[in-house]
Amino acid sequence: MEHVVIIGNGISGVTAARHIRKLSNKRITIISAETDYFFSRTALMYVYMGHMKFEHTQPYENWFWEKNRIELKSGFVEKVDYDSKVLSFSGRGKITYDQLILAVGSKSNKFGWPGQDLKGVQGLYSKQDLDLMEENTTEHKVERAVIVGGGLIGVEMAEMLHSRNIPVSFFVREDKFWGNVLPLKEADIIGKHLESRGIDLRFNTELKEIISDENGRVKAVVSSNGEELACQFVGLTAGVSPNIDFLKETDLETEEGIVVNQFLETNQPDVYSIGDCAQFSKPVAGRNNLEQVWYTGRIMGETVAQTICGNKLAYKPGHWFNSAKFFDIEYQTYGWVHSKLQEGETNFYWEHKDGEMCMHFVFDKASRKFLGLNTFGIRIRHEVMNRHLDADSTIDKVMEQLKDANFDPEFYRLYEDEIVAKFNVEQGTKISVKKRSWKRILGAR
Amino acid sequence: MKNIRNIGLVVFLIGFAVFIASLFVGTYKISEDKLKSLYDTTEKIDKGDTIAASIKKAAIELELLDKEFSNQFAFSSEISNLLNNSNASISESFAEKDGITAIEVEAIYDLAIVNGKVAYSKDVVIAVFSDNVKKQKLLIDNTSWMFNESKSYDKVDDFKKDFENKLKGINGKLGEKYFVWDNKYSRFDLVKAASNGPITDNKGLFLFLTFGLCIIGALMYILPGAILMGGPGIKNNGVYHDAATSRGWIGILAFVFLLFFYILLYFYPWLIVNWTSIVDPFKGLFIEGASASQWFLYGTLYTVSMCVMGIRMFIKYRHNRYQIVRTTSVLFFQIIFAFLLVEILPLFDLPAMDLKNAWPLDYDMFFDWNVNSHFDSGTVGIFMFVWGIVLSVIVIPVMVYFYGKRWYCSWVCGCGGLAETLGDPYRQLSDKRLITWKIERWMIYSVFLFAIIMTIFAGYHSYNEVNYPEMSSKDVLFGMSAYNIREWYGFLIGSIFAGVIGTGFYPILGNRAWCRFGCPLAAYMGIVQRFKSKFRITTNGGQCISCGNCSTYCEQGIDVRAYAQKGQNIVRSSCVGCGVCSAVCPRGVLNLENAPNTNGSRMEAPEVILGNEGLKEFLNK
Repeated sequence: MEHVVIIGNGISGVTAARHIRKLSNKRITIISAETDYFFSRTALMYVYMGHMKFEHTQPYENWFWEKNRIELKSGFVEKVDYDSKVLSFSGRGKITYDQLILAVGSKSNKFGWPGQDLKGVQGLYSKQDLDLMEENTTEHKVERAVIVGGGLIGVEMAEMLHSRNIPVSFFVREDKFWGNVLPLKEADIIGKHLESRGIDLRFNTELKEIISDENGRVKAVVSSNGEELACQFVGLTAGVSPNIDFLKETDLETEEGIVVNQFLETNQPDVYSIGDCAQFSKPVAGRNNLEQVWYTGRIMGETVAQTICGNKLAYKPGHWFNSAKFFDIEYQTYGWVHSKLQEGETNFYWEHKDGEMCMHFVFDKASRKFLGLNTFGIRIRHEVMNRHLDADSTIDKVMEQLKDANFDPEFYRLYEDEIVAKFNVEQGTKISVKKRSWKRILGAR
Repeated sequence: MKNIRNIGLVVFLIGFAVFIASLFVGTYKISEDKLKSLYDTTEKIDKGDTIAASIKKAAIELELLDKEFSNQFAFSSEISNLLNNSNASISESFAEKDGITAIEVEAIYDLAIVNGKVAYSKDVVIAVFSDNVKKQKLLIDNTSWMFNESKSYDKVDDFKKDFENKLKGINGKLGEKYFVWDNKYSRFDLVKAASNGPITDNKGLFLFLTFGLCIIGALMYILPGAILMGGPGIKNNGVYHDAATSRGWIGILAFVFLLFFYILLYFYPWLIVNWTSIVDPFKGLFIEGASASQWFLYGTLYTVSMCVMGIRMFIKYRHNRYQIVRTTSVLFFQIIFAFLLVEILPLFDLPAMDLKNAWPLDYDMFFDWNVNSHFDSGTVGIFMFVWGIVLSVIVIPVMVYFYGKRWYCSWVCGCGGLAETLGDPYRQLSDKRLITWKIERWMIYSVFLFAIIMTIFAGYHSYNEVNYPEMSSKDVLFGMSAYNIREWYGFLIGSIFAGVIGTGFYPILGNRAWCRFGCPLAAYMGIVQRFKSKFRITTNGGQCISCGNCSTYCEQGIDVRAYAQKGQNIVRSSCVGCGVCSAVCPRGVLNLENAPNTNGSRMEAPEVILGNEGLKEFLNK
């Protein structure tokens, strides 16, 4: 019986394991140096905030693994011998594989700032980071925290600290929040929202140095503007990189991540890589060569399981989508909305008068083909948007059927009429919004 | 803001302390006036005393009349003797005319014991009571088991023992329609009538010091949340850090209080008469000078708790219109239907019916006293009874088809209303394990079966009461008495499960233990919801990030995440549609909807979660 070994028990590795078990009787072992059981790291913030206990973040009850004959092993793999197909653990112990999946995830970026290894300075990615953050903010008095890096993990950290009434200063390198991803107007909404929650948001500000107290713990930071700011906690959230230090300088081809082809194969026989740590030599059209997103890891897991079980399948994610939450504003995106309009693109933007809700549509100027949507504060139906993208719907069709796309709870105020009215004025169209139709929504299933 | 909160907490605790302390204040003394106010003073029983006079006599004999007791425990322990003595003396006044006298017993023994052998038979009875058919029937009905074929006596002493025991029973029941039975209702009446002291003299003041302070304190604690919790949005910060909401010491104290409260309310109401006196002024708004029962106290506490905690819901979920409308709905139904109408209807000589309470949750609907009460109240009374049937048989399944059982469980039901307001801080305590789901299904369908069987018995009994009043053993079917089954159901399910465990265990088991494990109406509606309904919780394609908030906050212990991460809609018989999973989801993955079941879309798990185009293409080939 073949032995599939998976290093990493995150969403990628676990999805691969589950699907391999569904498709075959191979022996499966998942190795992790982080936790005994798979947990959802997207939920770490809620554990800190007291919304859940850590156990609640585990999607499967503990009996699940044995019931599905998936072995779990705790340990840190130090070395991989690709010729004899043997993994060596730190300490002692070895394990042989027939197929190996590297799903080792990411680590927080550290760009060589002086003082970046001081006590009280940390990123947020792993369970260990969560425990450390709890310790850093409860066993030491933190009168101010500084977060470096204006992206998703940064804003989550800000919300966490805010829940403990710890004042936060937020250093953002760009001139707007999540500047690489969000267009100006949306970034503006988020910026104002964070400020309304009392976050001291500082654009065009980078970290220069972290200053230590007499015990090796942070006591202040110096920003790129030269200002020294007293603080007792520093969050380094300037992005993540593949966690592959133990694989560098080996026969495995790596660059920033583990290089894989469209079949998620590495350059070593029977060795695959998926999730945050995989780098596509030829990225899927429009996407990055590194995909550090929850659902892409899941899709890679589903895909590599097919290949390992004899059905060679290329990684082919469909239309881009994503979601996030910035304090109390939910964000969803479908299709492509770049931070700056690309050539041939035009857009339509609507914002609610209270400034905490907006929809930003991007479409092709010539053909009017709908290309993408950013929505803040209004929930949108994934299936409907996906179908529009599949069918190359025009923006006009999307607008006409906008009520189908709403996914807000009952009794919520709906804005489709207002949105399409504004669209008609700007675009000189006469689109009349159709009533929601379950037939259209559910029909083509 | 924080100071207002802290002061509010202190004010609440003071009010609460006064409430508890009020049970231990005051004295108890039963006087002739009080007895006359409670019991009949006109009809002379068989040319003897009135009921009131009989009890007064017994009180004097026991040296109880006008004796002052310092607490209700001491006073109430005397009631059993008082009432039994009074009842016995009433029996005695009927003994000569209707009972079996000593002389008559001798006559029976003469004929029944022949040559040292027992020859007791129906003929013996007829011979002795040749001129008194009533006494003949009485003895035959009660002792026929002693002379039928299967019973034979070897020893005369055994026969005499059985016979004398039976006689005690027969003679002891003479005049029982005039008895004041020793049960919790009489005890309550007597203890309340006997209560004196600061509470009874200052009811209005204590109503303010207890209810008033508690409400004010609670609102002072709750209202600043609008500002302290930050902007509108889901805020469960600290739920698992707080000793009140995570089975910590505060939660346990709350649990102990609730447990005591329910046990006293259901089983020892005479010990809490001071609490009912406190709400007398409020009851007096409906009927001047009326005395509140423990059920009025309960209804008042229930409604007030719902309103105060409902305000907390409005603040906590002010960004979520579904929650606001839903909370308004449960408050409306509780205040109007469960509380006000129940107080107002009897003022029009109509039964005090909670018109939204449906069988089988309303388990005494087909009990004889309830049926009679409706049929005796004219056309409107009958209409109300028919409404009850229409509600259960037509309205409920139709509404569940269109909206799911949420229309009742989270929008109308009183149990649900308390759960969603007072119980909101505890919803996360429900057990999510698979094994618990299995236990849940066994339990709830067992209770449903019990309710159906019990209702068949009760209905049979009521039918006989209405149509064959002269029939003997109207309550007996297949050798079992409807009274017994009704009593067991009322005790085990109505009181212990629904009351003590259902609400008492909020801080330990979560806010829906009754709804999830016991409610027979939930079982009934759940079957409709699972198999024939438009309701579902739609999951939004591939957006789920498995964070687990939905499962954690599901009050019914449904592992919502398990469905969401597969892209499968949630269609579960236990889902009460509270909407909180949708509210706490940080990615907008869940939405409560009523939609057609096109191509099995309502329940099926998609073969491929939306997003994996490659796998979808492969599987479609």
